[in-house]
Amino acid sequence: MGYRTHWIHESTTNMRSEPLLRVENLKTQFFTETGTVRAVDGISFEVYEGEIVGLVGESGAGKSVASMSLLRLVENPGEIVGGTIEYRGQTIFDLEDGPDGELREHPEMLSESEMREQIRGREIAVIFQDPMESLNPVFTVGGQLREFIELNRKLGSEAAKAEAIEMLREVGIPDPEERYEEYPHQFSGGMRQRVLIAMALACEPNLIIADEPTTALDVTVEGQIIDLVDDLQERYDTSFLWVTHDMGVVAEICDRVNVMYLGEIVEQAPVDELFYETKHPYTTALLNSMPRPDRATELEPIEGVMPEAINPPSGCRFHPRCPDAREVCTRVHPETLDVDRADGYPHRAACLKHDVFDAGYEESPPLLDDRGPDESGAMTTGAETDGGSETDRPTSEAEAETDRESGEHRE
Amino acid sequence: MATTESQLDEQRPGGAGDETVDEEVEARVGWRYTLATVKRDTTARIGFYIVAIVLFIATFAGVDSNLSTITLGRVSDYTAAQALPIFDHPTQIPPPGEGTANQPPAFVDGGSLSNPLGTDPQGRDYFTRIVYGSQVSVSVGIISTAIGLIGGTIIGSISGYYGGRVDDVLMRAVETLYAIPPLVLIIVFIVFISGGSPDIRFAVVGVGITFIPVFARIIRSRVLSVREMDYIEAARAAGVKDRTIIRRHVIPNSFAPVMVYATLQIGVTILIVAGLSFLGYGAQPPTPDWGEMLRIAHGRYMHANIWLSIWPGVAILVTIMGFNLFGDGLQDALDPRIND
Repeated sequence: MGYRTHWIHESTTNMRSEPLLRVENLKTQFFTETGTVRAVDGISFEVYEGEIVGLVGESGAGKSVASMSLLRLVENPGEIVGGTIEYRGQTIFDLEDGPDGELREHPEMLSESEMREQIRGREIAVIFQDPMESLNPVFTVGGQLREFIELNRKLGSEAAKAEAIEMLREVGIPDPEERYEEYPHQFSGGMRQRVLIAMALACEPNLIIADEPTTALDVTVEGQIIDLVDDLQERYDTSFLWVTHDMGVVAEICDRVNVMYLGEIVEQAPVDELFYETKHPYTTALLNSMPRPDRATELEPIEGVMPEAINPPSGCRFHPRCPDAREVCTRVHPETLDVDRADGYPHRAACLKHDVFDAGYEESPPLLDDRGPDESGAMTTGAETDGGSETDRPTSEAEAETDRESGEHRE
Repeated sequence: MATTESQLDEQRPGGAGDETVDEEVEARVGWRYTLATVKRDTTARIGFYIVAIVLFIATFAGVDSNLSTITLGRVSDYTAAQALPIFDHPTQIPPPGEGTANQPPAFVDGGSLSNPLGTDPQGRDYFTRIVYGSQVSVSVGIISTAIGLIGGTIIGSISGYYGGRVDDVLMRAVETLYAIPPLVLIIVFIVFISGGSPDIRFAVVGVGITFIPVFARIIRSRVLSVREMDYIEAARAAGVKDRTIIRRHVIPNSFAPVMVYATLQIGVTILIVAGLSFLGYGAQPPTPDWGEMLRIAHGRYMHANIWLSIWPGVAILVTIMGFNLFGDGLQDALDPRIND
């Protein structure tokens, strides 16, 4: 499509130094029996030193797959099929054209053992969602931490133990000497998450991917963990990629935010800009569905459900659920372009209503009147079960089918 | 700032500083807890004592009296070199004992207290032979099971962890082994390997190999769920090698059900090896193996001296019952951990 401008060159000029992590047009797909799931479909973002970048979206938007792709840890049948991932000038993933026209791995791409020995854990660490499941239940907490430090920092057993206890103290675990000897099940959820943070910090990585680290915790503990991360982030100057579905957490902790929808980043902006100068209807919908102290309006849930990435809607992927959708949105797929600037960072969005896109949005007839609020979600359900080309089909037919289907479900 | 937060955390029920919860939880893991549970169960306790006694006898039967340690039976009939008959197979027939041949046990007319269980056709003290037989049985049971356990654990964990083609190849191979009736497989193996002169060592290895499939399948089924755990993913994300992940995370977390099965399996192994010896494919005279003793007694002396058949049979029965009862108890004790 012709809308793509050279925003990468344009935007880097005003920014701080080179990014710590640069992801460009990353595509990760799952090859399942029912078809190819485009879990991550061409996302681009950067993480600079010392900042916390949010990756927000509903369940199934591809957040976790995207973050695991950064470590090249996508499991079968998943595969990174395109794009570039660069970390401090090292190529984590890149493809080039082979001699026979096929894509092949770029020669500068880090090998699997280099990834294991240099990147994972040392440079980029991960904190997982469920602290109950992320520690090995058969070994003591201290033993696991010590072993990890021993392995990665080449310390002796005694030195590693001292370091492990120090790390436990650092993350606010009381009586670290005693708790060192205890097993994971003797720790509460919040305490376990602290241990995992200690483990992630143990090798002083430059980037920590936090994959919904507070989702499994209750709100008070969540608050404590967020304060702790904030505190540690300042002291260690570690960058974070904070994966979450909670806009409240984003507001509290992130410097910049990427909003994901169905494998794409639909909006990218510094956090205040995103909250107060929202440029994408999906972000608006997300914000309206979340309780906010500054707005006493009623919560508005987003209509419908997110379609599966196996057969995304034509045009803009959000159009079946979008209140601003027009006819052109069903045809034209918007790239994520710069629509504004704030604090020296671009404000990118993928919505045709912005002038940058020049897609004839204003002249296009609105779509909203054709559909009731229920059918917008149901229609996507119909589209995803059939596969093929029904996205071009007239709406009435799709609706008829949906009715049939929902009737079957009721029986 | 961090300390105040942690104090908050501490005050939460079930939180860090809650002593009662800690103790209760602590009491539910480890050998002490397991044994305590086993002790509460009467049949398991009986099994445990039987196993303990058999192990005790087997351990000390071979210790020479000159070493001034506990000695059971009349050691003069055997040399210390025979302590582990599996590895030091005696070649010469031991000298006859002092008693007369085919003497009945002490409590029957014509028996004497110096040979409490009577003597065998060679005049050897039958009690001594039964005691030494425990050594053969216990070591055979443990070694065979260990072969199956180690082989099965390696194959099962690799197969389950990697999945895909590795899994297909390994599991199909294992299933092929599984499809052949074990006794046929073992006998063919023994005949093939031993080249016509069967020996208890071949029997042990043969039995061990036939157990690999069972262990491999148990381990694999457990690994399939363990490998999906977040701590495996976390280890991978931390740059831990696959080999280390299997060794440190996958196997320790998949082991509980196999441990129980192994305990039960020791009893079964003893029975199978005794059966092989009975058929002549296992221990050979003069090794004091219960199955082999039974074969001699049954073949030639069934009518002349029925006691020769009874004692090895009782020994086999009691030992296997002990291992099975203990294994069952262990299974119950470990169950909450298996299911969690």
